[in-house]
Amino acid sequence: MTNQQTGRRSFIKKTTLAIASAMVFSSGSAYALGYPEKEDLKFGFIKLTDMAPLAIAYEKRFFEDEGLYVQLEAQANWKVLLDRVIDGQLDGAHMLAGQPIAATIGYGTKANVITPISMDLNGNAITVSNKTWAAMKPNVEMENGKPKHPISASILKPVVESYKNAGKAFKMGMVFPVSTHNYELRYWLAAGGLKPGYYAPHKGDTAGTLNADVLLSVTPPPQMPSTMEAGTIEGYCVGEPWNQQAVFKGIGVPVISDNSIQTNNPEKVFGLREDFYEQYPNTTIRIVKAMIRAAKWLDEKNNKNRPEAVKILSKSSYVGADYKVIANSMTGTFEYEKGDKRSEPDFNVFFRYNATYPYYSDAIWYMTQMRRWGQISEYKPDTWYQDMAKKVYRPDIYKKAVAALIEDGVMKKSDFDTAVFTTDGYRGVQNDFMDGIPYDGSKPNAYIDSLKIGLKGKEKL
Amino acid sequence: MNPLKWSLVEPFYKLMIGEDRKSQLNNIIKMIGLPIAGLVVFLFIWQGAASHIHTSLGQFPGPIQTYEQFISLQEEAEASAIKEEKFYERQAERNAQRVEKDPSYEPTIRDYTGPPTFFEQIGRSLVTVMSGFILASIIAIPIGIIIGLSANAYAAVNPLIQIFKPVSPLAWLPLVTMVVSAVYVTDDPAFDKAFLNSMFTVLLCCLWPTIINTAAGVATVTQDLKNVSQVLRLNWWTHVRKIVLPCSIPMMFTGLRISLGIAWMVLIAAEMLAQNPGLGKFVWDEFQNGSSNSLGRIMVAVIMIGIVGFILDRGMLVLQKAVSWDKSVTLR
Repeated sequence: MTNQQTGRRSFIKKTTLAIASAMVFSSGSAYALGYPEKEDLKFGFIKLTDMAPLAIAYEKRFFEDEGLYVQLEAQANWKVLLDRVIDGQLDGAHMLAGQPIAATIGYGTKANVITPISMDLNGNAITVSNKTWAAMKPNVEMENGKPKHPISASILKPVVESYKNAGKAFKMGMVFPVSTHNYELRYWLAAGGLKPGYYAPHKGDTAGTLNADVLLSVTPPPQMPSTMEAGTIEGYCVGEPWNQQAVFKGIGVPVISDNSIQTNNPEKVFGLREDFYEQYPNTTIRIVKAMIRAAKWLDEKNNKNRPEAVKILSKSSYVGADYKVIANSMTGTFEYEKGDKRSEPDFNVFFRYNATYPYYSDAIWYMTQMRRWGQISEYKPDTWYQDMAKKVYRPDIYKKAVAALIEDGVMKKSDFDTAVFTTDGYRGVQNDFMDGIPYDGSKPNAYIDSLKIGLKGKEKL
Repeated sequence: MNPLKWSLVEPFYKLMIGEDRKSQLNNIIKMIGLPIAGLVVFLFIWQGAASHIHTSLGQFPGPIQTYEQFISLQEEAEASAIKEEKFYERQAERNAQRVEKDPSYEPTIRDYTGPPTFFEQIGRSLVTVMSGFILASIIAIPIGIIIGLSANAYAAVNPLIQIFKPVSPLAWLPLVTMVVSAVYVTDDPAFDKAFLNSMFTVLLCCLWPTIINTAAGVATVTQDLKNVSQVLRLNWWTHVRKIVLPCSIPMMFTGLRISLGIAWMVLIAAEMLAQNPGLGKFVWDEFQNGSSNSLGRIMVAVIMIGIVGFILDRGMLVLQKAVSWDKSVTLR
């Protein structure tokens, strides 16, 4: 038999197989996706309302529908959570968008962590202590007897200067060096003309306080209110319910929500090790399927399910804060000063606006901020940013999960934003930041150079 | 076994048959009345103090709020039991469905995935503490005997004991965590890493009192007994078994009791940081929750930790009484 003949035979064989399997799929009698390779899973989370997709996928049994037996476990802080994912004690976790990226590029810890799904948009706010608010308030523009929002950090500037003149440092808290909150707080401060300080990892300086007007330090989210109450920090940027908690405790005043810093900014992601996906691809796709369903459940019918979600989140094994504290932000309102309750329907977005899609441009934005503040200490070409984003953000897995959900008939193609099927992973030019600087994910260096405060071009500290 | 001889029953019995009523009443008051009076006074002071402490999470919980939280924890445990039952039902159904479609599948029953209840957390803490404690005793008692028998060995080991004895569990934990992660690499782990982390931390902290007290006990063996042993030409092993161990048992148990007390205290801290399910994690999670019930629940845990610690100590005492040769010594 000649090689050609063998080739032809196997070609015929393959074609018949393909046709046969296509017939099986179209009849809908078999799953396109195989059974999960690993059924017992343990996921970590931090006590924040944006872990909701995990809680809902568990409580509404979306995980069980995929044949997965998932255990959810609250973690002490973001560092412990990341370490436990890397050393395999956890199979995956609710993560800060910056964590898989930083781990992959080797800032802090070096490990290949990927993210196949984004968990939500927005959900954070910046809160200042009563004392700071009292000093800021006289300069805040009023509208109908209430402060006009969003409030710029330029109003905080005189307060920080008065601290400087008195020889004291103005301190604020965020939750992790590569957290969304760190970058949001820095963005807000810099947009108001305050320098939040630089990192210089090549010199071993990872405190992030070089040349700083405002000293930022790390505090785990649930400890934020008590740390501010103790007077260690004057304000913080954290996810919910820890801003509303400050209002309820009467110890602080939120001044801006992150949705006002950047409209619909990407927030938490689901992170897992790359080798976990390689070893258990079906399991991974099934996890993503369950989480997409949970996200849809959270947002569907105009947030109709949110009160039920709040009830679930207030269980002590999840977020555990009081119902009324969690309900404030989750059901579309946000209380700034006590009694100043405003409608914020998009304070937490889980599914709308294509929230679950892992966009490369979102990953690149986080890297531009890491470069801006020195965590990436040297100039990198645009292609480096793009390659790294592709290594971490995995829309390929996400798309497989979407296809499987449609195949199962659990969701319809029309349930998804058309962008899911057409996007190249870049959102295009985004003009939704409070300071009006446009961001184009395909040109990270140009964007870095367009920001007023921060490292530019080939600058190195 | 004569119940009428039990110290708790005896005075009531004697009172009933009318024997020396006055001193029986006195005995009863001492035995039952005084402890109750102490408790009642404590509850009043607690209630009074609690009502004056205002935290940002509301008033500090008094005895009543704490009791309410205990009841609510019980209710949660009951609700969880029902959920667990349903979980297994659903699982059986799902397995049956899959076997129908895919006959080669061998279903395994997965454990309930819900969060552990308060009472399960107590159980897990006990398992962790006992594993750490037993392992520590297995290591510490032989070391104690050896350094007790040989003054040279003692001189060599003593500095190490003195240096490591005061180290806080919080300092051990990061080291233990790193070492366990590096050394314990298996695809099918029999134990949770978090469990090992907290167990080894407990072990490292509760080795020392047992070593020191065992060594001290061994050193108290009188010269007379040593002479007897020599005259009888007992070999080393028999000497240890027949002479040294009986003499040093009381001291050894003193050490073991201190160790167990330390183990229980250390465990709570280790669980908080190692994220190992148990009472420590319960306290930490509740602190993080910051709900209006949190302080009450932490208080329930505090009392529970105390009660369990007390029971553990009493258990050791019973054991000590059972194995000590000299029953005339009062132990308390």
